[in-house]
Amino acid sequence: MSEVVTETTEDLEIQLLLEALHQRYHYDFRHYARASIKRRLIHARSQLGFPTISAIQERVLHEPSMLPRLLDFLTVQVSDMFRDPTYFKALREKVLPHLRTYPSLKVWIAGCSAGEEVYSLAILFKEEGLYDRTIFYATDINPEALAAAEAGIFPLDRIRKFTENHRKSGGKSSLSDYYTAAYGRAAFDKSLRSRVVFSDHSLVTDAVFAEMHLISCRNVMIYFDRPLQDRAVGLFRESLTRNGFLGLGSKESLRFSVHASAFSDFVAGEKIYQRRER
Amino acid sequence: MTETPVKAVAIGASAGAVQALLAVLPALPARFPLPVLVVVHVPPDRDNALAPLLQSKCQIIVKEAEDKEPIEGGAIYLAPSDYHLLVETDRTLALSTDELVNYSRPSIDVLFQTAADAYGPELLGVILTGANHDGAAGLKAVREAGGLAIVEDPTGAYAAAMPLAALEACPSATIMNIDAIASYLSSLGPA
Repeated sequence: MSEVVTETTEDLEIQLLLEALHQRYHYDFRHYARASIKRRLIHARSQLGFPTISAIQERVLHEPSMLPRLLDFLTVQVSDMFRDPTYFKALREKVLPHLRTYPSLKVWIAGCSAGEEVYSLAILFKEEGLYDRTIFYATDINPEALAAAEAGIFPLDRIRKFTENHRKSGGKSSLSDYYTAAYGRAAFDKSLRSRVVFSDHSLVTDAVFAEMHLISCRNVMIYFDRPLQDRAVGLFRESLTRNGFLGLGSKESLRFSVHASAFSDFVAGEKIYQRRER
Repeated sequence: MTETPVKAVAIGASAGAVQALLAVLPALPARFPLPVLVVVHVPPDRDNALAPLLQSKCQIIVKEAEDKEPIEGGAIYLAPSDYHLLVETDRTLALSTDELVNYSRPSIDVLFQTAADAYGPELLGVILTGANHDGAAGLKAVREAGGLAIVEDPTGAYAAAMPLAALEACPSATIMNIDAIASYLSSLGPA
């Protein structure tokens, strides 16, 4: 009998672990882009000191307290405030003039992770005088990420980059107006989250929950396979109000999506799309 | 040196990358049949001027990789700045914003390890000039999957550290100077 190659065993172990997480805990990573999931699980295995992926599965099935630690590896998202400053500049100059015509606004930050994008948008809307008429929904599947987002505390050494990005985005105020620095950390002002609803929501399994004027979901769907991307974009399509806006990451596109025809390019270079009239 | 036919080429380069790539990629013939996946360390936030520069000199298509894009022969795919470039086992491209690997995003290791998973013995990995250690673990993964490994001769490279690290991790790699790499890759074209 021919020798079974290691990677096939590992791929099978990954498949089984993802199945176990789904059946036991209803976290469904089965349609995440597999190359990234595999890297993250191999990283988790070595960081958590397990000999095999199967050993992670055994532990997480028998010890629910293991789940949050594993989720941290599986859902880790790294972003900066005002990441891709030209995206925020385009929102400020091209999208907000349209949103200004509505008496009240709903904005969804889907896959908000530790909240960098939430605070960025809150600051942008404040600067443009739209904050007080807006409700922001910040959603993620990882409860610890949501808690971190709600806390709004970032290491001080990241602030220089955030400040630079904010300036490049056409920021009209100083970022330092919005946080208090102490003990190596920057705590963002709670007025920035007074109109933010932080909520557990999965693009994989959950449904539409409100009608949105703007959805920002950047560098989240690159972790999904094509069918799951289609599901998520379908949710956005159903969630957006007529002529509502969808912002994606700079290397994402609706070009290959089954929902492509439901959207038109609004700011093509920044991957900002507009929902066509229904 | 070719037992299994090569189906894809992965190249990693850092300090001195532009000159090295200009010595290799323009040599590929217009009918070059393979995909070439390239990770170059460039500062994030800088508009990637590398693709247009290379395109102006190359006979085959040069483009920034897009997420979920099917990999096609006769094209050079560059990792976009500030994203990792990965290969899925169905031989499509994927991007990620996962944390830096070897202080780098894109990371050569990430490309090489995932490409080794996807292509196994059909992959050729090439490490060029660079001043860090990224790519060493990746090249080892390429060899362990049965693929071919080439390292630019450290004595002639603009920066020797990356080729040296790759050779230390992967002693069975073939050492070539940059011109030999160019003509070897060109020979992978149609007979």
